[in-house]
Amino acid sequence: MRIFDPHIHMSSRTTDDYEAMYAAGVRAIVEPAFWLGQPRTSVGSFVDYFQSLLGWERFRASQFGIRHHCTIALNPKEANDPGLRTEVLSILPRFLAKDGVVAVGEVGYDSATPDEDAAFEEQVAMGQEHRLPLLVHTPHRDKAAGTRRSIDLLRAAGVPGEMAVIDHNNELTVEDTLDSGYWAGFSVYPDTKMDVDRMVRILQQYGTDRILVNSAADWGRSDPLRVRKVADAMTAAGFDADDVDKVVWRNPVEFFGRSGRLELDEPAPDAAATFAGNSILRGAPAGS
Amino acid sequence: MTGDELRQLLDRELEPAGRAWLAGAEAAVRKDPRVVQTAFPAAGRSVGRRLLAGDPPTGWTADDAARALLLITLGDAAGEQVPDLFGYGDADEQRAVVRSLHLLPPVPGAAELVAAASRSNDRRLVAASLGPWALAHLDDEAVAQSVLKCVFQEVPLTGLPGLAERATPRLSRMLAELAHERIAAGRPVPEDVWPLIERFPPEDTLARIEAEQEHPVPERRAAARAALASRRGQET
Repeated sequence: MRIFDPHIHMSSRTTDDYEAMYAAGVRAIVEPAFWLGQPRTSVGSFVDYFQSLLGWERFRASQFGIRHHCTIALNPKEANDPGLRTEVLSILPRFLAKDGVVAVGEVGYDSATPDEDAAFEEQVAMGQEHRLPLLVHTPHRDKAAGTRRSIDLLRAAGVPGEMAVIDHNNELTVEDTLDSGYWAGFSVYPDTKMDVDRMVRILQQYGTDRILVNSAADWGRSDPLRVRKVADAMTAAGFDADDVDKVVWRNPVEFFGRSGRLELDEPAPDAAATFAGNSILRGAPAGS
Repeated sequence: MTGDELRQLLDRELEPAGRAWLAGAEAAVRKDPRVVQTAFPAAGRSVGRRLLAGDPPTGWTADDAARALLLITLGDAAGEQVPDLFGYGDADEQRAVVRSLHLLPPVPGAAELVAAASRSNDRRLVAASLGPWALAHLDDEAVAQSVLKCVFQEVPLTGLPGLAERATPRLSRMLAELAHERIAAGRPVPEDVWPLIERFPPEDTLARIEAEQEHPVPERRAAARAALASRRGQET
């Protein structure tokens, strides 16, 4: 089974996770830029974070046979810091131009403030300029209203259905999202957001078109193998192998493929390889 | 390598789409230099990353060459744009900046960019830090430090033309002492340090290396004999 996890924050995960993901069939991932669990205080912290998503993390994944891509954006939560917002937005185009960036994201709403509106709109325009799809985060609080407001903003900007995914859907938002023409992402967590069995019921009810299933694993309680668990639950529920492949591989490839920047050949792990001279080996220098 | 030579080499390899992209990017940069901020990082996927064919080997890849041509197109705006292109660049972008410096009008802080490249642990970036601009402008101490960094990173010195002319007695001695240190650890000495040591042979250090051939520790004897054999092999 080949698996593409379209939303996972690998910077927060261990090499054990990479090994387990490869063993479970994960061959490609997208790591969206998001916040770090606590606020950053300067634009330089964003620059270094973006550089690590494009550099070290991509290299680290390749050492485990996994193709790593990322999305770049100012997240909605930190868009509420007025000084940061201006500075981070001004450097984003430099990063959106880089190889390995397959969408603008995570954009969207956290508390649905006017500052978040402004950052969201500006980044939607950047996506159009760089011909990149948009990865739209939806809020934990007042999710249904935030989802509808995101859809309205995307429509007003003229973003076509195939160029945005609304993420973190649940039973109460899935119809609005699919009816809008945009793609629907589902973050399957051990105990919140969406679980494996509910995910399968949604697939049974709404079909497999325009649906992305992700683990959204990060620094919180989460599970980098959730996409594989959904695939197994789909099989147990009677979906055939082609349905499973469509949900866990072909759909994300189709969506993020619109960036023109996906690389899906399997990287050959090379124990002697280094990124900027630093290897993932510990206790033995690279190449010795 | 001049800008015109680079353009010819690159043009032979470009597909029509890559050629059109480069022409469009150069025209846009001429009109508004800030366009380079997004064209420069995008060069690799637009023109490819193949090594440009040539005899002797060019050492230039298609993306390096396209990035150099974009920087040349900046003209007088290079001074304003280049430092940030380096600062926001990944290792490939930084390498292209450093390799291109001798093709550009003076860039403020160029020596600092080269020094930062030399401090990195990316071997291709470290090698670029001893390019034509660096060899023409850096002081003796900066050249010596970069050469030592290359030896530590196993960057071949033979691929760095013009280096022998920048040798000093201090550099020859530093390299000889590095060779002695390697021998005392029973480790091999890279062959390409010898031509630089021979420019100003430090007799006392070389005598200590000779003496290592009879050292009681067998690994030291073996390392010394191997190193001195490779030194003699280059005396032609």
